Amino acid sequence: MAFKVLNPGLFTTVQDLGRPGYFHLGIPISGAMDRFALRAANLLVGNDEGAAALESVFMGPQLEFEVDATVAVTGADMPARVDGEAKPGWTAFKVRAGQVLTFDYLKGGARIYIAISGGVDTPPSLDSRSTYPIGALGGVEGRPLAIGDIVPLGNGVGIKEGRSVPENLRRLPGSPVELRVLPGLYWRLITEEAGRNFFGDEWTVAPEADRMGYRFRGGRPIQFEERKQPFGAGSDPSNIVDGCYPYGSIQVPGGTEPIVLHRDAVSGGGYFTLGAVISADMDLIGQLQPHTPTRFVKVDMKTALTARHDRQSLLGKVRASLS
Amino acid sequence: MKQILSPLPGTFYRKPAPDQPVYKSEGDSVAPGDVIGLVEVMKSFHEVKSETEGKVKAFLVENEGPVTAGQPLVDLED
Repeated sequence: MAFKVLNPGLFTTVQDLGRPGYFHLGIPISGAMDRFALRAANLLVGNDEGAAALESVFMGPQLEFEVDATVAVTGADMPARVDGEAKPGWTAFKVRAGQVLTFDYLKGGARIYIAISGGVDTPPSLDSRSTYPIGALGGVEGRPLAIGDIVPLGNGVGIKEGRSVPENLRRLPGSPVELRVLPGLYWRLITEEAGRNFFGDEWTVAPEADRMGYRFRGGRPIQFEERKQPFGAGSDPSNIVDGCYPYGSIQVPGGTEPIVLHRDAVSGGGYFTLGAVISADMDLIGQLQPHTPTRFVKVDMKTALTARHDRQSLLGKVRASLS
Repeated sequence: MKQILSPLPGTFYRKPAPDQPVYKSEGDSVAPGDVIGLVEVMKSFHEVKSETEGKVKAFLVENEGPVTAGQPLVDLED
């Protein structure tokens, strides 16, 4: 039971919910950039929510199935086709052995999640099948899919086709994109004006943005309060004595371009961080294309926790609608 | 009219490197497989190839301009 990769697209990796528990050792948490979309795709095909699926960014793969399967594609708007026949997004459909799954051009968002009944059954490493290419962990030999790969599938229950996530429960970023930020420990290092500019300016997603970090440019540079750099910190005012980087934290090397650290980011280093994008908005970042206009919005802990609760309740509604 | 579309979102370049000439100019003929530019995204550069033959009538995106997936880059004429 497997599928064959006829064309991997730009960058297609096996991802599940990630590899928590090793961050203190410098092993990134990895996993789907848009975990809501991954969970929804798995639920649609009758898998456990955390089963491994494929994440493709900007361009879909071409896959030839060696077995009958139920498939669902969620996340970005990138129409799927089975032997040329169009299939709707966020909806389960059948693919027969010998048929080929392809994709049209990306129309909105950035990353699709392709869940297949039975789940992708590559060998787990450190408790996860998520691919972390730089560390050669998970996925197919620790790398993105390549032409000719035969990717194993688990035992599927072969759920019926046509089940769909209601449109009001699907999520893609709005326009302009707003990312909510909780200011952090190092906020005191920047001037008041720099803080106002950060939240006031319009930023755009830099083309370099990837699974490690989403870089933004276009806003005014960050100005720092005068201080003598402490022992152990680098000489640039954006340097600190090494600290921890939580998922979502925003570093600004040299004070110029904010980088939101995402699933494949390292867990610590010597740049100050402005704070962190709240957990509820991290999935949305995974759906941002280059050059997307973005604003950062300051929130407090209460708002962040309420937003997290709202995301949980959205997922609860998806579960209920597909149970 | 035949067009060449960008396969990816990112930044479009008409030259292989800043100090080199453009891949194609208006009036040049293109054959299937000819490279007409690059799209930069996620720290790598991807060649944009023509799938058809024709003559370049116009470039629709300037060098270093932002592009989306499926956006027309070049108008071709027979």
